[in-house]
Amino acid sequence: MDSTASASQAPNFWIRVLVKAGILFALLNILWIFFDPMPVLGKLSLYNTVIPGRVRLPYGENPTVAYNLSLYNLPAMFASHELAGAPKSSTEYRVILIGDSSTWGYLLRPENTLSAYINAQQLRFSDGRTVHAYNLGYPVMSLTKDVLILSKAMEYQPDMLIWLVTLESFPRSKQLFPPLLQNNPAAVRQLITSYHLDLNPSDSNLIEGDFFQKTLVGQRKAVGDWLRLQIYGIPWAATGIDQEIPVRYTPRQEDLSADISFHGLQPPALPEGALALDVLSAGMRLTGETPVLLINEPVFISQGKNSDLRYNFYYPRWAYDAYRDMLVRIASEQGWQYIDLWNRIDSKEFTNSAVHMSPAGTQELARLIGSAIQDSKQP
Amino acid sequence: MTLIQILIFAGLGLGSVVLLPTSWRRWIWLSFSLVAVYWLQPGTPIRNLDFWFPSASILFTLLCWAATQYSEPLSKRSWQGLLLASASIAAVGLTRYFNPLCCLIPTRPPPFWQIGIFLVIGLTLILLIRRQVIRRPWLLDSISLLLILFFILLKSPVLGQAVSAALRSQSSQSVELASAADLSWLGFSYVAFRLLHSLRDARAGRLPAMELDEYLSYVLFWSTYTAGPIDRLQRFSTDLRQALNQKVSLVFDPHNPVWRGIWRILWGIFKKFALADTLALIALNEINASQITSTGWLWLFLYAFGLRIYLDFSGYTDIAIGLGNLIGLKLPENFDRPYLKSNLTAFWNSWHITLAQWLRSYFFNPVTRSMRGAKKPLPAWSVIWIAQVSTMGLIGLWHGITWNFLIWGAWHGIGLFIHNRWLEWQRTHASTPALPSWRLKFSSGLSWFLTFHFVTLGWVWFALPDFAQAIIVFRLLFGL
Repeated sequence: MDSTASASQAPNFWIRVLVKAGILFALLNILWIFFDPMPVLGKLSLYNTVIPGRVRLPYGENPTVAYNLSLYNLPAMFASHELAGAPKSSTEYRVILIGDSSTWGYLLRPENTLSAYINAQQLRFSDGRTVHAYNLGYPVMSLTKDVLILSKAMEYQPDMLIWLVTLESFPRSKQLFPPLLQNNPAAVRQLITSYHLDLNPSDSNLIEGDFFQKTLVGQRKAVGDWLRLQIYGIPWAATGIDQEIPVRYTPRQEDLSADISFHGLQPPALPEGALALDVLSAGMRLTGETPVLLINEPVFISQGKNSDLRYNFYYPRWAYDAYRDMLVRIASEQGWQYIDLWNRIDSKEFTNSAVHMSPAGTQELARLIGSAIQDSKQP
Repeated sequence: MTLIQILIFAGLGLGSVVLLPTSWRRWIWLSFSLVAVYWLQPGTPIRNLDFWFPSASILFTLLCWAATQYSEPLSKRSWQGLLLASASIAAVGLTRYFNPLCCLIPTRPPPFWQIGIFLVIGLTLILLIRRQVIRRPWLLDSISLLLILFFILLKSPVLGQAVSAALRSQSSQSVELASAADLSWLGFSYVAFRLLHSLRDARAGRLPAMELDEYLSYVLFWSTYTAGPIDRLQRFSTDLRQALNQKVSLVFDPHNPVWRGIWRILWGIFKKFALADTLALIALNEINASQITSTGWLWLFLYAFGLRIYLDFSGYTDIAIGLGNLIGLKLPENFDRPYLKSNLTAFWNSWHITLAQWLRSYFFNPVTRSMRGAKKPLPAWSVIWIAQVSTMGLIGLWHGITWNFLIWGAWHGIGLFIHNRWLEWQRTHASTPALPSWRLKFSSGLSWFLTFHFVTLGWVWFALPDFAQAIIVFRLLFGL
């Protein structure tokens, strides 16, 4: 080719290359919006095939050390869980645990979590079935988050659900606060409309991605998180580590503030409308015929400054007492199986918060729950 | 280099050859390099060190040029180069007073009076060198020793911490937080090797006359500044002179350097940012080495480390060579499929080629020559033993002055010695009957397997900073 001609044609060539590349790129992004492949992609997983499933849902703030990360793709989260790779056998009595960071096992190794200690008891029923507990706790406090996970958990044929709750999960004002909910607006809206929850389906906290955010470019973080979840499965499988547990941490607060308000509420009355009892009720209805054991989880009871006003960092005494009374009454009215274990764990077994327990505290709680599971099967 | 930096370098390089007259290239490219030295430097916890490190790189380069070229009269071009280098330091320093421009280096530059003193001292030193106040061999050796001293201070964790403490104390910062990691002088390892090469060649009378701008471009060239390759001055300057006048075509042709450069950059980006950074998540390191308890997983993490280090380093090299291609420069290759080689000598001829060649030229060959030329020459095998192990030990120490890096170097030195002796034994003892092809294939496959695993096991020393931990890992790898 003549070099002068080549040189004169060169800009046209580059323009054609750039235009074609731009069109292909735009087309790919439009197809991405049209097909929305993230839920399908989420189901593709190395877990339970190449590597073992995780024993708790993915959550982590420091992935390089924890070999775990927080993401919002629910299908990917469930696909990475051991539950997704565990076909139910006729000898299994499947128990699924739902709850907050206490159930998930914050500051606890996988073998020290509530589900692990329940499994360690090797509970067996007269019909030959053995209890196998699965941990579907997730470290944020919101009943709506619990119900969202519960709705997915029902796909895994549980024989029993154990739902651990605490008052901090109840305030209506914080129901849609968790990022997991904010980034799954369609699923949350479906719950709100299906169960007529007293929550705003147009709540500004629910992140509705714009056109750009639905493109491949806009979802690059979601794609990256899904990929990282797969990769971090390898160190998880090799080490059994799924959480960064510091050697030293700031212990739960012993001396408390004199403030006796609870999420803006003042004594003496704790209005039912301020608590998301409708969400709790929706969760109980959602499970259908599957038995649910509702548990008011143990909390730290302080002996320090202002402990006459508050039980702990979270709860003023008046509010917590009212909440406990309310839960007993509603459970009785509704015929729910409910046990209140609020003060059953020694104060010294709480670690960095009023709900996180040490391995010994968790083991004791597992023993209490194990007894409750067995009692629930008594004729 | 970040992705953004790579794209900006590519755009500036390509723009400079497409849009600007050829007569501008020399100074534009040098300006890119002088600014890039500052722009690429990461932040340091010690105040203003992210300004002083790049400035010291430029000053060292100026001093070495003055020392190697001081018999030549200072030409107009070299004056211009000196002016441009000084002006760059001053201009970056002045960004302290212009907020919109202050993002060239991670933190605000020091007060300008300090930079003024630095420039005056630097220019005075250059003047003194040119006035020949010190005898030339002494001067060249002194600067070489100074560079080696800096190298030791930066690469030794103990000395580095002491230097950091001293600098922190000087800048009224917490001495308790002093760490060798504070002294992250980007590119110094490569700058020092280029400077030492020119000093040694000048000492041997092998260095041609060189204008300052070419010398600065050689040492501080923007694409090779952070991770090599370590080119030779003579080769680089010849190539640079051609590139300065070369017409660049944008026509699509696989042989067109621009296209080759773009492809090479994209390939390098893929290797570094997609593959190596992903493998980094599962590569053996100090933390996971103590957490893994199964032999199988440990082997997987070790393989991941070996692949990661290759893809990371060779990816950077691809990017550097590709950026050079965009402006018509042919930088030397640094890797040639090293993991496919079937003996350790071939591996070291294809892994970090320019570093190995450098040490061969300036350490291995002189050491071998001096031992062979001694009045009472040592036996051949002991000459090879000493030269191989000490050369590879130096390569190990180049990565950091720690026991484990030294052992890693010695590991390869011993491997190379064994391979050398094996070849010698084969040459003198083994008959060479024609072997059936299956035996040749098997022998070749076995050689590859052994070489690959020798190199891979060597990475244990490289990946882990602690001797005892490395031993534990070796025991677990073999189920002991």
